[in-house]
Amino acid sequence: MKLSLKIWRQEGVDTKGAMINYELDDVSEHMSFLEMMDLLNETLVQKGERVIEFDHDCREGICGQCGMMINGRAHGPLANTTTCQLHMRTFKDGDTIYIEPFRATAFPIVRDLKVDRSGFDHIIQAGGFITAGAGQPPEANSILISHETAEAAFDAAACIGCGACVATCKNSSAALFTSAKITQLALLPQGKLEAADRVVNMVEQMDAEGFGHCSNTEACEVECPQAISVLHIARMNYEYNKALILKP
Amino acid sequence: MILDAKIPAGELADKWDNYKKHAKLVNPANRKKVDVIVVGTGLAGASCAASLAEQGYNVKSFCFQDSTRRAHSVAAQGGVNAAKNYKNDGDNVYRMFYDTIKGGDFRSREANVYRLAECSAQLIDQAVAQGVPFAREYGGYLNNRSFGGVQVSRTFYARGQTGQQLLLGAYQALMRQVSLGKVKTYTRHEMLELVVVDGKAKGIIARDLLTGEIERHAATVVVLATGGYGKVYYLSTLAMGCNSSAICRAHKKGAFMSGVSWIQFHPTCLPQSGEHQSKLTLMSESLRNDGRIWVPKKAGDDRPPQSIPEEERDYYLERKYPAFGNLSPRDISSRAAKERIDAGCGVGPMKNAVCLDFSKAIKEQGKDKIKEKYSNLFTMYEKINGINAYEQPMLISPAAHFTMGGLWVDYQLMTTIPGLFALGEANFADHGANRLGANSLLQACVDGYFIAPYTIPNYLADEMKVEKVTTDHPAFAEAEAAVRAQLSQFLNSKGTLSADHFHKTLGKLLYNKCGLSRSKESLTKAIEEIKQLRASFNKDLKITGDDKVNSELEKAGRIADYLELGELMCYDALTREESCGAHFRDEYQTPDGEAVRNDQDFCFVSAWEWKGEGVAQELHKEPLVFENVELTVRSYK
Ligand SMILES: Cc1cc2nc3c(=O)[nH]c(=O)nc-3n(C[C@H](O)[C@H](O)[C@H](O)COP(=O)(O)OP(=O)(O)OC[C@H]3O[C@@H](n4cnc5c(N)ncnc54)[C@H](O)[C@@H]3O)c2cc1C
Ligand code: SF4
Ligand code: FES
Repeated sequence: MKLSLKIWRQEGVDTKGAMINYELDDVSEHMSFLEMMDLLNETLVQKGERVIEFDHDCREGICGQCGMMINGRAHGPLANTTTCQLHMRTFKDGDTIYIEPFRATAFPIVRDLKVDRSGFDHIIQAGGFITAGAGQPPEANSILISHETAEAAFDAAACIGCGACVATCKNSSAALFTSAKITQLALLPQGKLEAADRVVNMVEQMDAEGFGHCSNTEACEVECPQAISVLHIARMNYEYNKALILKP
Repeated sequence: MILDAKIPAGELADKWDNYKKHAKLVNPANRKKVDVIVVGTGLAGASCAASLAEQGYNVKSFCFQDSTRRAHSVAAQGGVNAAKNYKNDGDNVYRMFYDTIKGGDFRSREANVYRLAECSAQLIDQAVAQGVPFAREYGGYLNNRSFGGVQVSRTFYARGQTGQQLLLGAYQALMRQVSLGKVKTYTRHEMLELVVVDGKAKGIIARDLLTGEIERHAATVVVLATGGYGKVYYLSTLAMGCNSSAICRAHKKGAFMSGVSWIQFHPTCLPQSGEHQSKLTLMSESLRNDGRIWVPKKAGDDRPPQSIPEEERDYYLERKYPAFGNLSPRDISSRAAKERIDAGCGVGPMKNAVCLDFSKAIKEQGKDKIKEKYSNLFTMYEKINGINAYEQPMLISPAAHFTMGGLWVDYQLMTTIPGLFALGEANFADHGANRLGANSLLQACVDGYFIAPYTIPNYLADEMKVEKVTTDHPAFAEAEAAVRAQLSQFLNSKGTLSADHFHKTLGKLLYNKCGLSRSKESLTKAIEEIKQLRASFNKDLKITGDDKVNSELEKAGRIADYLELGELMCYDALTREESCGAHFRDEYQTPDGEAVRNDQDFCFVSAWEWKGEGVAQELHKEPLVFENVELTVRSYK
């Protein structure tokens, strides 16, 4: 098929960007969206132009790198799908597609569609872990965890850190990402002891990074490739309030 | 040079204990004076960096992704092995050792493999302590399942995302050390050169992929945990960024490279659907627990698979390997699939696939049970192919997946360059000529959490006494100049062909001539063609853009290394005149197509030494000594 692409080009953090038009022929419906971008880049190389920079790696929906806004939606038109898992059969011949980077103050644009998501790492550094030393752990079956708890923890742990929730949120809130980690660790017996410090520190860090507040629009869950539930945000708020009330 | 594997004395079961008893320690007060570089933040790199930081060393951690959490370990689905014997089905360390040695077709070191099995139970403990949500029974105990190549249930899993969960555990441990100030991360940095001073590894040259800055980093030891290079085939199950650059550049600085042609083809991938494709997606092998593999009996059968009646189906794995059936090891299953596809029995639009059929399992266990076990895989399959695999068989085919080869290391995971360690998939590993499913996550983790934290300090204890090298040393200037020269050569080359063009061409060439099967003829041809391709790369490459953020420039360097590596793979395969594990030489097979191993002449690890540009590399042999197992014909019949 033949497509009109309007793609955000920006040299770097401090420069201004703009939407640029590209026409692309010979797109197969079996291509993934990123393979279509590869094809476009191949034509740019042939023309001697700088290629469009975008982040991607695993191309199987699990590394969390390939985020971009496609026709105004994080990761494109399908629900719960990463860009690399989006296939061109979703589009049709003659379509115009708008492609932009994930936008948020806390995600500065690096170049074109690449953004800097290190804010997420800083949130995890603030407490998104269990303080377990390496080397001499207790026997695994000495910590019993019910099937349901393990599954619930997993539902939260499945977050791939892609940032679609931030990009789709009108407040650029990182609440879904942060709450997923908080829920996972708060549910598990191993993580309980430091749960109060964890939630307070992580929430503070989220603010320090420049992410906005959550105003419960629930847009994040819709775009999240892992279908992380907004109920985790409720749980985060619960854990946060509990921590403040019970603070010694 | 004599290759000394430094295997500790004593009975097999005591070797690791013996090593640990005598390993040297570094005084805690001195540890903060030591800088360690760890390149790679996958399971091997992150676990090593976190563990060493916890001991008190200053760690610099590098990766090319935007966050350490995105290393390719994140993609592993199936599970991780451990000899816990929770199911009381006869598993133990020895059995796991034996399965792994046999799975590797007797081309791995006894002592290393035993240690892998020995440390496996502890890894599960470690991951659970970190909050990895492994599958649990209703009573709260850990659950596990069986995986290709073994008859006991020793595989622990977190749905179909075990690698992701293990990696997040290691990543979180690493982030904790960052917050404690013991680790500094350098994300979006690519190591482009190793710095060697007086024969020892003392640092790296890295490129900041955001600014284009070329940086010098000095340290007392350098650890490479840079993953596998299956992407050399272009189409593979690996992430786009996976590459061989770090190990190739270390190789040119004196680190020997081993078993490079042993590349595992995974039997359960989605088939290629066209020329545009950039990667092949792996369907977890765990599917083979319930899925049955078959092709039509008749060649050229064009009916849709679901309409082919039972009696006209050939369940070839169950037929040929009744003891292991659909759970036969990967090399056997992959080759059996290729054999049927080549015989014209392949299915799907390109006739390049076999069926993985769940209808029997669904009938017996119910759709809900199958859904609970594999729903994410079925969803993924439908997303990619638009096919509902609850109703029709999945179509699968083999794809390049895991590299058993890599840098040669001794028992301490140290390469032939003192002070340079290689961990995880970047070393030639404990897997021999074939890796059993779920043993790689294990190896990466065990290397990083439990082995390197003993063996690196053992090296440091002596090396501490040597004067520290700084980045002012001329060796740094020299290495930096070489990196700059290469980058500017790429940027100034005035050709017409993109980096991807060369990658795809090399990949296809290797797949056909040094892939699932090889022959003297195909390999000799491949070597010639790679030489020509390299000559073309040197003059016809076209790179657009600048020296800052530039993915084309990144690719060019990686492909230059792949071209060298591809050639070495062919030499490696050529010299090994036998069939073993993933290495199948057409000339060495039984009349019914089974591999013929030659222990008389080839029971060794090949270790290649770089001799300079345009000079043939020298083959060194580390004889493999088997004292505890008998070398048997590896039969899964
Ligand atoms: C799709 C898939 C599924 C798998 N499933 C399983 C499974 O179920 N069970 C199992 O046991 N194994 C599985 N494996 C294999 C297993 O995942 C890998 O072997 C293992 O994770 C490798 O870990 P690693 O730490 O050695 O390397 P990786 O996780 O690949 O990490 C490599 C690191 O090195 C960095 N790096 C590389 N080069 C450079 C450089 N030049 N400069 C800076 N940084 C660099 C990267 O950024 C990355 O951080 C699977 C593999 C794939 C591809
Ligand atoms: S919560 Fe969902 S959208 Fe947000 S980072 Fe995690 S996976 Fe991505
Ligand atoms: S490229 Fe990894 S999630 Fe899309």
